Amino acid sequence: MAAKKLNIKDKYRLLTRDLDWEYSYQDRQAAFPYEEFEGIKITDWSKWEDPFRLTMDAYWKYQAEKEKKLYAIFDAFAQNNGHLNVSDPRYVNAIKLFLSAVTPLEYQAYQGFAHTGRQFGGVGARIACQMQSIDELRHVQTQIHAMSHFNKFFDGFQDFSHMHDRVWYLSVPKSFFNDARAAGPFEFMIAIGFSFEYVLTNLLFVPFMSGAAHNGDMATVTFGFSAQSDEARHMTLGLEIIKFLLEQHEDNVPIVQKWIDKWFWRGARLLSVVSMMMDYMLPNKVMSWKEAWEVYFEEAGGALFKDLARYGIRMPKYADVIEKEKEHLSHQTWWTFYTHGQATGFHTWIPSDEELDWLSEKYPETFDKYYRPRWELAKEMEAKGERFYTKALPQLCTICQVPMLFTDMDNPTQTVYRSSQYEGERYHFCSDGCKDIFDDEPEKYVQSWLPVHQIFQGNCGGPDLTGVLGEFYKMNLGADNLDMKGSPDEQRWNQWKGKA
Amino acid sequence: MSKVYIALQDNDESRYIVEAIEEDNPDVTVIHMPAMIRVENNGRLVVRRESVEEKMGRAWDVQELHLNLITLGGNVEEDDDELSLHWNE
Amino acid sequence: MPVKAITPDYQGEKLDKFENFHGNQVVYVGWDHHLMFCAPFAYPVSPEMPFQTLLTEVMPEAFGLHPEFQDIDWESVQWKLDEADFIPQPQVALAAQGIGHKSVLRFHTPGLNGYQGAGV
Repeated sequence: MAAKKLNIKDKYRLLTRDLDWEYSYQDRQAAFPYEEFEGIKITDWSKWEDPFRLTMDAYWKYQAEKEKKLYAIFDAFAQNNGHLNVSDPRYVNAIKLFLSAVTPLEYQAYQGFAHTGRQFGGVGARIACQMQSIDELRHVQTQIHAMSHFNKFFDGFQDFSHMHDRVWYLSVPKSFFNDARAAGPFEFMIAIGFSFEYVLTNLLFVPFMSGAAHNGDMATVTFGFSAQSDEARHMTLGLEIIKFLLEQHEDNVPIVQKWIDKWFWRGARLLSVVSMMMDYMLPNKVMSWKEAWEVYFEEAGGALFKDLARYGIRMPKYADVIEKEKEHLSHQTWWTFYTHGQATGFHTWIPSDEELDWLSEKYPETFDKYYRPRWELAKEMEAKGERFYTKALPQLCTICQVPMLFTDMDNPTQTVYRSSQYEGERYHFCSDGCKDIFDDEPEKYVQSWLPVHQIFQGNCGGPDLTGVLGEFYKMNLGADNLDMKGSPDEQRWNQWKGKA
Repeated sequence: MSKVYIALQDNDESRYIVEAIEEDNPDVTVIHMPAMIRVENNGRLVVRRESVEEKMGRAWDVQELHLNLITLGGNVEEDDDELSLHWNE
Repeated sequence: MPVKAITPDYQGEKLDKFENFHGNQVVYVGWDHHLMFCAPFAYPVSPEMPFQTLLTEVMPEAFGLHPEFQDIDWESVQWKLDEADFIPQPQVALAAQGIGHKSVLRFHTPGLNGYQGAGV
């Protein structure tokens, strides 16, 4: 007798919902102790929907096929000396930053979803979190594998996870995820499952990855798109959890709105590094940061919030500030890294004349007025043999941990200063968005591990900066850092290309 | 009405999927970028199994879409016959 | 609410309290409309340090790279301490004139508008 093929709805019910069990001799509340303290009210977990209705058997089948495709391309890339086919050796520095800033976040996401999934009383949500957790572990592995090819030929790839834990600018992504993981399970889902996945990963994994392809890096574009195909499922999960929470109880609405406000702001700050990867680190350009922002935040995010309006959810607070910042963000961020190029684990450089013109064209309102003069100054100093490296450490924002580089959008040459007093101490912020987050939960953020303060406290080696960078961060000084011009990376590239 | 969108890896299978989408959703906009194809439409977009099967000339499971998918935007609904994206406003 | 935590009366450890800096306090100094320096600088200095020492021995190393730094007329500089107008007393110690741990000092230099007049 031929077995009857189940349709996906029945299969999902049998292989997911029917795996749950009733608690007959244990207290259900004791089994899920994290479900209530955030104030979220769940009345009926069975209302949870998974639109993809993915079951474990199908999950393994399709993930295995994705992996086969992906590793075939990694092999081809390595066998074909793919590193020689990238557009320009400067490009590889974006990948160094990716490996040290983003890949470890995938590992944090893996741990975060494993923990969060365990805390949910509903089986549908548990299974979706379990799949996402496994996906994130796959992303860590494929990213490390893809970039290991570059590690054989370029400096700066050697100690990415060590650096992620210690290096000053990497405290920005690390603390972002630590904040989310230190929250309760529902806030984690809004932070990572919704805000981060739905709008923000698109900006990293779609236009930037298309840019990787445009710069000849088949390995990176393939892991990026392969990862993002999982993210498509994650985004759907994020949207489902938010609709589920909003439909479960009206008391959930203000709590969810507060988390949306917080995590879109934190996400926008985190993405400042992606903005410069797009505008300054891709030698062949696909689209500007501003254009990508308009498509993936304003258009896609706008559609999303219109859809959620019927639940009483509005656009994230300070979306108006974020919209204005798209004209400035990449320029301010790359300048920060350029001027701290002695303390970075990758190379920095002055954009070429063609690139400066491209930036003027893409940012007609701001680039020539505010940012081109900085590069004129940098060129003047470089011509005198005095390449500009800043000689003191910057003040950091207590929340996002980014140096206080953001300016007033109505007065773009003036740094924004915000501060709060809490139990007799002063705390400083780059923006109203970051200040609000502190004021809501100061007891959490008095614990911020701010790299500049930690250096001053003597917790990062020293006593001088060479000790911090070389011994504590494990950068190979003179090879991993400083300007692209004259770097060993550049010299090797010229040799390979017969330009020495 | 907001736009829903789907982005696929630019490869041989996606070519057929995009052809099927264009046939079933005559108003879509197809945008080619390095290594990817983005298809967007006002309000709603559907990927139908039958149409894709006809273009590919073989059986095709809607869940196979994941192999070539990069990203999407909109509320998702999926069953054995189609995957659709929509906004509710 | 100081924090939403599963543990009742949860309290965090303050990582940046004055006692952790081995006798120094942190003072932030920013030059308004001069974004050659991407952010204000943070300096670990003794609370007993006279203001004049901060100005002539600490600040010039980093700020001195700016082409306008040598043109500053310090008599006409306008200062703000923690967002309020402030007139520093050169010979008085920082702490004694209210420049405390994690205070922000901003200075504005009328007539100097940055490299190419662009706020750089």
